[in-house]
Amino acid sequence: MIYLTRKAEFSAAHYYHNPDWSPEENQRVFGKCANLNGHGHNYTLEVTVAGEVDAVTGFVIDLKLLKDILNREVLDDFDHRHLNKEVPEFATQIPTTENLAVAIWQRLESKLHPARLHRVRLYELPDLFVDYYGE
Amino acid sequence: MKVYLTRRYLFMSSHRLHNPSLTDTANREVYGKCNNPHGHGHNYFLEVTVSGSPAVETGMVCDLGALDTAVKSEILERFDHQNLNELPEFDRIVPTTENLAIRVQEILSRVPLPTHLEGIRVEETANNSFEYAGALEPRH
Repeated sequence: MIYLTRKAEFSAAHYYHNPDWSPEENQRVFGKCANLNGHGHNYTLEVTVAGEVDAVTGFVIDLKLLKDILNREVLDDFDHRHLNKEVPEFATQIPTTENLAVAIWQRLESKLHPARLHRVRLYELPDLFVDYYGE
Repeated sequence: MKVYLTRRYLFMSSHRLHNPSLTDTANREVYGKCNNPHGHGHNYFLEVTVSGSPAVETGMVCDLGALDTAVKSEILERFDHQNLNELPEFDRIVPTTENLAIRVQEILSRVPLPTHLEGIRVEETANNSFEYAGALEPRH
């Protein structure tokens, strides 16, 4: 088993707002992230796939193919977008970094054959990141 | 659903690697320049990893402010701008970054955190880092 990680960056806007709560409760829980005018981040995404090295190509997965999949499934929809307003997953859930990592996993999981998705790591900032293993 | 969240912190401390049960010559052989009697220091980066299922109402694994408060009061205030050799945590053990990582994990596992502690990682320099997760294997 060998693990391969590809890194990508995207920049997006979001805000945190739970429509079931009062403005005061949203402000108390989410602080400055509750500003409905939104704010943004430069996210760094690391996608790790696992698999066996192909005897003919020496690849776990074709890197160009992996890049194309990341672009098509994630970056084209997320980069330079407003996550709350333009990404369907976040019409009903709050676009926290936790929920973003899970949504990215769900978009990629079935697309990486013959490799297997091992980990999605998403940095919101250099000092804050989340990992999701599909558990 | 289990999502891991990692937060990175910084503290600056001095230390000297010296085992009083070894001879001065042996200490110099084992610890090299880290045995300098006057000590030296590092910028330690600490990564604390917690886990949980994001709450439906917030989308969050935990309250980051509460995690920051706990790490600041229990770890950063204890170790930042201190000489590790002078602290009670290291009165009987050498303050290598291995032992520092174990102490940090032990301290954090004893205090209330807003969600489950998975493990910690300490970077002594950009080239050396140490991971400890108590009884668990660190994740990769």
